[in-house]
Order: sequence, then C-alpha cells, then structure tokens
Amino acid sequence: MTTRGSMQKQTVFQSRLLPYLLVAPQLAVVLIFFYWPAVQAVIQSFLVQDAFGLSTTFVWFDNYRDLLAEPGYFNAIVRTFVFSFLIALSSLSAALLLAVMADKPLRAGPFYRTMLIWPYAIAPPVVGVLWVFMLNPSLGILAHGLRAMGFDWNPLLDGTQAAGLIILAAAWKQISYNFLFFLAGLQAIPSSVIEAAAIDGARPARRFWTIIFPLLSPTIFFLIVVNIVYAFFDTFGIIDTMTRGGPAKATETLVYKVYQDGLLGGNLGGSAAQSVILMVIVIGLTAIQFRFVERKVNY
Amino acid sequence: MVERQKFGNLIPHVILCIGVLIVAFPIYIAFVASTQDTATIANGQMSLWPGPHFLDTYYRTIFVGSSGTTREPVAMMMFNSLVMALMIAVGKIAISIISAFAIVYFRFPFRMSIFWLIFITLMLPVEVRIYPTYKIVAQLHLLDSYAGLSLPLIASATATLLFRQFFMTVPDELLEASRIDGAGPFRFFKDTLLPLSRTNMAALFVILFILGWNQYLWPLLITTRDDMQTIQTGIRKMIASHDALTEWPVVMATAILAMLPPVFIVVAMQKLFVRGLVETEK
Amino acid sequence: MANVVLRNVRKTYPGGVEAIKGVDFEVGDGQFCVLVGPSGCGKSTLLRMVAGLETITGGEIDIGGRVVNEVEPAERDIAMVFQNYALYPHMSVYNNMAYGLRNRGMAKGEIDTRVREAAQILEIMPMLERKPRQLSGGQRQRVAMGRAIVRQPKVFLFDEPLSNLDAKLRIAMRVEIRKLQRRLNTTSIYVTHDQLEAMTLADILVVMNGGLVEQIGNPLEIYKKPATTFVASFIGAPPMNLIPLQGADANLAGAGSGAGILGIRPEDLVIANEPAPPGGVSLDLIVEAIEQVGAETYVYGVRSRQGETPTVSAKPGELPPGEILVRVPGQSGPAIGERIRAVAARDKLHLFSADGRKRVDS
Repeated sequence: MTTRGSMQKQTVFQSRLLPYLLVAPQLAVVLIFFYWPAVQAVIQSFLVQDAFGLSTTFVWFDNYRDLLAEPGYFNAIVRTFVFSFLIALSSLSAALLLAVMADKPLRAGPFYRTMLIWPYAIAPPVVGVLWVFMLNPSLGILAHGLRAMGFDWNPLLDGTQAAGLIILAAAWKQISYNFLFFLAGLQAIPSSVIEAAAIDGARPARRFWTIIFPLLSPTIFFLIVVNIVYAFFDTFGIIDTMTRGGPAKATETLVYKVYQDGLLGGNLGGSAAQSVILMVIVIGLTAIQFRFVERKVNY
Repeated sequence: MVERQKFGNLIPHVILCIGVLIVAFPIYIAFVASTQDTATIANGQMSLWPGPHFLDTYYRTIFVGSSGTTREPVAMMMFNSLVMALMIAVGKIAISIISAFAIVYFRFPFRMSIFWLIFITLMLPVEVRIYPTYKIVAQLHLLDSYAGLSLPLIASATATLLFRQFFMTVPDELLEASRIDGAGPFRFFKDTLLPLSRTNMAALFVILFILGWNQYLWPLLITTRDDMQTIQTGIRKMIASHDALTEWPVVMATAILAMLPPVFIVVAMQKLFVRGLVETEK
Repeated sequence: MANVVLRNVRKTYPGGVEAIKGVDFEVGDGQFCVLVGPSGCGKSTLLRMVAGLETITGGEIDIGGRVVNEVEPAERDIAMVFQNYALYPHMSVYNNMAYGLRNRGMAKGEIDTRVREAAQILEIMPMLERKPRQLSGGQRQRVAMGRAIVRQPKVFLFDEPLSNLDAKLRIAMRVEIRKLQRRLNTTSIYVTHDQLEAMTLADILVVMNGGLVEQIGNPLEIYKKPATTFVASFIGAPPMNLIPLQGADANLAGAGSGAGILGIRPEDLVIANEPAPPGGVSLDLIVEAIEQVGAETYVYGVRSRQGETPTVSAKPGELPPGEILVRVPGQSGPAIGERIRAVAARDKLHLFSADGRKRVDS
C-alpha cells in the first residue's frame, strides 16, 4: 500500500539525540582507526621528507612513479597475482572435487564434512609452522620423502621451491573454506533439476559439466574473489613464518613488502604510496565482487 | 539419488578419505612431533608414532616457556590471545548492533551518510593501512595494550551490515505491537530485538572469535613486550634461524595449543559456525 | 468505553501521495464498526492512524472525547490485533499477553488474574507456556486477541485479523469475535476486504474506495440502498448487475429518465414467461453458462437483442459488460443456449447517475 524504502522500516522511533548516541561508538572507532590513517596514507603518499625529517615537500605522483619504476615492486605485483591465481586454482579445484563427493548421500557424510571443515580455524602462521616443519630440508618428514625420490629439495636456497611451498600451504588452508561454500552451493541446487537432466539422458559426468557446474557459477565467482583477497592478505602469516619473503625475495608479496619496507623505515612517502596502491586494488576487487554477487552470474 | 553406481559409493569414499588425510596429516605430524624429544627430531629421526614426552613437553610449553628466544610461557600468550579475541568479538557485536538499530529504527539527518561511512570500511582490511594505523595507535599511547590490539580491528562494517539485514526481516508489526504495548526504543531493543538476534549474535561471535584469535600481522606490529605477545606472534619467535636451536617439540605443542580453541569451536558449534561464515560473507 | 470520532481526517505521504482524502464518521460507544473496501483503498492506513502508527496530516481523531492526533499509541488506550498477529516469537503465550501490562507497571497479581481470565475466555489455558511457533494458526489468532483483551482498552482495532486463516476457521473465528465483542461491549474498528465478513460483523459499515468513504450505515441498509455503483457491486455476492441506460435501454427502467445506470441484484431477477409487472424490468437473455452451487444456481446470460455496444467496462467484482447474472434457488434452471426472460419488480430496481457516483431513485 505504501512505498517501502529498502534501507529502513516504515514505522520508526522518534528521537533527536538517541540515534546519534547509538552510532557514536562505531563512528568513533571507524573515524579514528580507519579514515584518519587512510587519509594520512593518501596525503603522505604525495609528500617527500628529507633525510632528517625536518621538511616535507609536495611532489604530486613522484612517489608512485618511483615505486612503479622500481623493479622489485613491479616483481612483487606480478608475483602476488601469480600466487593468487595458483592458490585459488589449486584450492578451488581440490575443494570442488571434495564437495561434489561429499554431496552424495553417504552415511559417513557428516564425519567427512566435519573433518574437512575444521582446518578453517587454523591461523596462517600456524599453517606456516606446520608445513615448514614437514618440509624442512634437514629434518622434515616430507622432505626426506622428496629426497628419497631423487628430488633436489632445498626451498631455503631455491626460490621456485620456496614459492611452491607457500602456494601449497596457503592452498591447503583454504580448502576447507572453499569446500564449505561449494557444498552449500551444491545443496542449493534443486534435485529436481538434476533428475530432469538424468531423464533427459545425461550421464553423471555430463550432468556435472552441463548442469551442476553452470548452476554453481555464482559460488565459483564469489570464491575466486574471496580467494584472491585471501591470497593477498592472509598469506602474510604463512610467508612470515615459512620464508620471510626469501630466498632473495622470491616469496615477497605486496603486503609482505609493505611490512618489510615499513620495518626498515626510511621512505615514508613510498611506503604510503604502497599502502594506497593496495587500497585501490582491494577496492577494485570488492567492487567486482559486489557487481557479481548482485547480479548472480547465472540467474 | 538419481542412479546406482556400479561400485556403490566406493569412489567418493576413496576421494574423501584422501582429502581427509591431506587435511589431517600435517596436524597429526605436529602432534606426534610434540610428543618426542628435541634431539630425535633435530637429527631427522622422527617417528610417525607418538612418543613418550607428551606430558613434559606440554607442561614446559604451557607453564615454563621454551629456553630459546621467547621467555614467556604459552599460557601467558594464550591469555593475551583470548583477551584480544574476546574484545574484538564482543566489541564488534556490541557497537554494530546498536548502530544497526539506530540506522534501521530511527530516521535522522545524515543517517545515510553515516551508513556509507561505515559501509566503506568493508573494503579495506587492516593490512593495507598498517603503518598509518600503527602511527595513530602509537600517538594514542596504545602500543602494548589490549585496547591497541583490538580497537583497530573492531572498525569493520560486516557485523553492522549483518544486523541491519536481519533487522530488516523482523516484521514491522512487532515494533508496532510493542509500541501499542507501551515499549519505547530501549524496551523494544532489550525485550524484542536482542532476544530475536540471539542466534545471529552467537553465529557472529563464533566467526569473530576465530578471526580475532588468528590475528597475526597487527599484533606483530603493535606488541613489543614479550608479556603482551599473542600465541600467533609467539610461535613465530620460537623458530630460530638455525634449525639446531629450534625446540621443535615445543613449537609443535604451541601450534597444537594455538589451534585448539578455534578448532574446538568449529567442531562443537558447527551449525553456528557455518551459519556465521555464510552470513558474514554475503 | 468510548466513542471514536473522525473529523475530516487526511493522510498525505511526503511524496505527495494522498492516501486518505478527508474522512468523517463516528463509532458510538460499544459499537462494532467495519471498514471495508478493495486493497489500496486506505482502510488499513486509516486504522493505523487511529492506532497512532501513522501520523495524521489533516483533521482530527477523537477517542472518548480526547483529540489523540499527537498522542503515542501506548497512551491512546487502544489495543490492536494484526493481520500476521505480530506475536513476540521468543515469548511464551503468557508473556505475550502480559508484556503490555508489565510495561505499564501493573502489579503482578493483577496481571496474572487478567491473563488467566482472558485465556479462559479464549480457551487457550493449556497453551500459556508455549511459544507462538508451537501453536496452530487459529491458536495464534486467539493469543493475538488475548493480548488485546487483557489490556481492557477503550477501543479494539482489528487489521484483517482473519485473512491468514483457512475458510472454515475464518467463519468460526468470525462468529467468536462477534460474540466476544458483544460480551465485552468494547468499541471496535475492524478492517477487512471481505464483504461477507463486513456484512456479518458490523453494526456500522464504512465502505471505502480510493481514500474516500463511499457510504456509511447499517449493513442491511447499505445492501438495500447502495449509494453508488461501487458500493452496489462491492457489497453483496455475486455482485449486482449494472446496466447502462443508453440507446435502446434508455427506457428500460420504465421511468424514461434518460441516461443513467440501472442496477438489479441477481437474486432479485426471476425467470418468468409473462412480461414484467408495471414499472418493473424484463430482460431477454440467451443462457451462456450455468454454475451449480447446490443450494442455488447461477445463470449467466447475454441480452438477446442485437446491435448494441456495451459501454460499462468490467471492474474487479463486476460482471463483464453486457452479461447478466440471474440467481435461481435450487438446482432447477434453463439449459445453455436456451432463451429465457428474467424479470424484476419495480421495488427491486436501483437507479444511479451516469457516472455511478450517486443514487438517483428514492
């Protein structure tokens, strides 16, 4: 009968002061710990400070230009995206396979489900510690196996192996998260659709690729974005405990570089510019996610 | 089930078992390592079966601390992690539910601007603004404090959005009935909205607690004193740069202790956990 | 105990949409008033304005001699039964009923007495400790009524309280609501879109359309003398036949009054062989469809005269143009395709102005 705004109730309380008091705590936290630092980072990224920190000058985009001209930074960008892609790909495919299997009506289904879900709760640094222990060249139990197979395993010196180590550990941790969402997505597909496909003569494999996979595409898209964001940020704990960015920066991602450069101190403007670029990337990713989540790829 | 498979459900069972093995193996190894003595492991002669040192390793880990680079017992670190995780979870829920209440149930100037101010924070995790935030926390003299550990992580929009979404599904007639029953905003919030939000709050708490417990980068920056470090930052310091100096059983015992509370929550409260996870990601 | 008076009540939404365009009526002390109309006519809005859930943008609402325009809902001494019941899902039946009393600081003993008394009346004693989700639709409905009764308010407000129930239960509850209201003798305003509910419950019936009152009065009076064609087609089922008096039909009513609309209720048409009595109307029809309902038979026919274009377009609840419905008692009736003559006596005719907004006979 009446038009309803999407943001609010039709009937509301009347009060002048109360609503402001209610939003005040969150607003304070957000302004102090979010907007203030974000704005400072943006301002800082346009300034250059002299060696003694006595004077600052406004330099427009010089910090950004210097940063992008630095080969180390460019490599870190490429590396981060390659890592993200590989982590997302391996973790998503493993999780999808497991979810499709767990979606079948097995009596042990709940058991498998629980066993596959709980690694979600393990913190990235702990994941790093677990894998670094198993693959430690001198005492790791898996490293022994690799050597026994004639593989020259030494991630402490070999950058590619170190990168593989990070990708492996990060993908391993993310399996349970992806599994959970895939399983939920699979269970949301009405069984009548699959039965109809069976009656139409589609064999199981064909049913999967022509019916289930397309219907799962919103979940897949959502997970791709989430996994990329995860690979950007949450891998920090894994990298820091496993390789600390080495050897020779072979595992230094954007976030790790921000951390490292900041730790060394010095170039404040460049560090701020790094933060701002990261912000832009995340905003972009989130925007993509919102677009697709809104539009639900298939329906 | 659409059709019978020739081998029954053999293939799914095999694949799932392999999956469970892959997922569980590292944790099993960690546990086994935590029950053996340092020298055996350092020599690379670790057994695949639990050793006899369970009690003394865990006792030493929890109450004494490793003799290596950290001097703090893990009990201390776990306490810090617990305080931080609780502050983040409770703090976020508390400030979010009241701000969502204001945004949904009141009409006031700048309501939408405030909503957007909160909403945008969704896009930027603490990692992208660590140093500027660090500077502000330092200026506020909050380094090495629980407030410094948790406050910047409370600044996020997820919980607010979740509660807003939930409040929108509460029928308008409930508010109208309460008003006719003589309830003002406080009473309505306390008597109706809070009880109805219980499950949502619990699901959210489970997720936020796990996220809080697992924080790493921020505590790493903000704590300098050993007695303020969390278990996640503590474990990193236990790994010495020389393999020989690392007390692996203690490290592995710490890893097990670090995952114990969140894993327990996930397994014991699986329904709430799944619900919380799915809802916070919407 | 109180009367409710509405004086030129208006509601304009901020966007400029006028939901209520000036409504006046009075509900006397202890009377049962029913607001009826199609969805979107403003009846619910009007009720919510009486409750204080919607602001009043013009005019006055007066409850028991006090203008309540600016009074909070809780202070108006009214109780309301909602369409979806609006029970507090987390509270027991007992607490649902006690909540409003507790908020008013009533003593515990008094609350208990009132809740148990109401539960007794409504026969929900065994369910006092249950949660709403453990109740059936009819039981929830009773709890919603109980919540209103315990308050012992000046006025009961009902917002389509029966529309979520199945047909059988709806009739049972309708009777119960009426009995209850007689027993408590509390002034009541009841909103519904169901004309049967309206007819059976009301002391005074207010027929609304498009934010305006079409007619106010005793239900039988309204049935006998609908003031507009809207009321004529809305009250009574099946709806009244409306025949535009133009061209060849101009003299149909015998009065020779020219343009207008002639209304005849289906139950007032009789199938006969002889011509209409003096002043009456006779219609020659070809039977197009027959509906057997058991106790009676609906005969749908079209006028058998050629060369006429129908000008009244069908609105919800109205017959398609040119079609005439005759209601015949029992199961006897003509066959499809048969030619029949239906006649109505002089005193069964309703004459309206050409726009349908005014009744022109006595």
